[in-house]
Amino acid sequence: MSFITRGFSGRSRERDERLPPGQTLVHDFPVLSAGPTPEVDTADWEFTIRTESGERRWSWDEFMRLEIEDVTTDIHCVTHWSKLGTSWRGVSLDTLFADVETDYDYVMAHSYGGYTTNVPLDELLDGKAWVAFEFDGEPLDPEHGGPARLLVPHLYFWKSAKWVRGLEMQPSDDPGFWEQNGYHLHGDPWKEERYW
Amino acid sequence: MSGVQQLQAAPRTGWHVAEVVETRRETPSAARITLDVDGWPGNLAGQHLDVRLTAPDGYTATRSYSIASSGDGERVVLAVDRLPDGEVSPFLVDELRAGDRLEVHGPLGAFFVWRPPADGGTGRPVQLIAGGSGVVPLVAIARAHAEAGDATPFRLLYSVRTPDDVFFADELETAARGPAPFAVEFVYTRRAPAGTDAPVGRITRERLAAGVIGADAAPVVYVCGSTGFVERVAGWLIELGHHQTAIRTERYGGT
Repeated sequence: MSFITRGFSGRSRERDERLPPGQTLVHDFPVLSAGPTPEVDTADWEFTIRTESGERRWSWDEFMRLEIEDVTTDIHCVTHWSKLGTSWRGVSLDTLFADVETDYDYVMAHSYGGYTTNVPLDELLDGKAWVAFEFDGEPLDPEHGGPARLLVPHLYFWKSAKWVRGLEMQPSDDPGFWEQNGYHLHGDPWKEERYW
Repeated sequence: MSGVQQLQAAPRTGWHVAEVVETRRETPSAARITLDVDGWPGNLAGQHLDVRLTAPDGYTATRSYSIASSGDGERVVLAVDRLPDGEVSPFLVDELRAGDRLEVHGPLGAFFVWRPPADGGTGRPVQLIAGGSGVVPLVAIARAHAEAGDATPFRLLYSVRTPDDVFFADELETAARGPAPFAVEFVYTRRAPAGTDAPVGRITRERLAAGVIGADAAPVVYVCGSTGFVERVAGWLIELGHHQTAIRTERYGGT
């Protein structure tokens, strides 16, 4: 359905195959969030996984004793920027879910500050997602979600909940904050699942 | 815990063909672009849209822009600031002219929006805080408030380089003169109007505290501007006692 806009030639003639459709390569790290940046001290931070039968909880110190992984990955924001080859350190969701039993298929991620985003559990396991606390060799800045954020690089970046505080298992794929505000329930950048 | 607020489901959005009705200089670096958008369902004050441009070889570029207008109808007004190294904004500001066509997707966003109180009563006071071109969605909100003749107290604190860089100056003045309570205060970062002794410089915490509705009045606060501006202002608002959930932010990325 696309048609030519008179006079527009574009500048980024090199089409990088790592860029999903509609994305533009950036080298800085723009911020998207709906409210003020929460300031969360690691002394107060905790992370929980809540299921239909109970809750698993880690303090910051306990979290740091888990197996930590280095991750290099591309990230794609729904506002059309992508950043390639970003480096992170964090704990795999496979590690966190290793001894969590649940019959529910969906996850609601909860953040300090009150925001939420929904993800199918399948999209978080098998090496696909982390709770990240370092970016580019430094502790994660508060404005980028520090002390810890979810990292789900194969989905649009709003799914990578900043200031994450816990995951709640749920039986159905209920929309989280941004999803209620018009963003797609799933969010695959390669399919341009941006909005409803 | 759940901090998700009860929100109305947004209408389904889609791509639309837009024809440029008028484009004119808004400031030395920005253009006001009026579009006639085929099938546009109308939009709330504060929403944004995506603009898609297509080159002859099929290359496309898509960017998000706040909408300066609101309400029913197929007319949509944008105000686009030229980013020096931008790929899309210099084209929109300098090359686009009446009769050109492009594609838009929207309306988008259901959070950074304002609706007049449904019962016609007075809602929570509203404080708008803009940095530079971040004023665009706030102009839409201020004009919706003025057009509704709504009794809710409104204030706008607008940080801008010089008087020449003010977006929608006439509209803001009209809103301030109208029956709906609305006050505008400028913070000039480079040059104040001739003949005034207004201080010049970046906004400070003290200037913010003096220029916004106090936390004791529990205003809803909309902050829009560059990431650095929004980070600073929102942090100070929290320190000044404003509640986290009363502050809505829209950040313009550095790209």
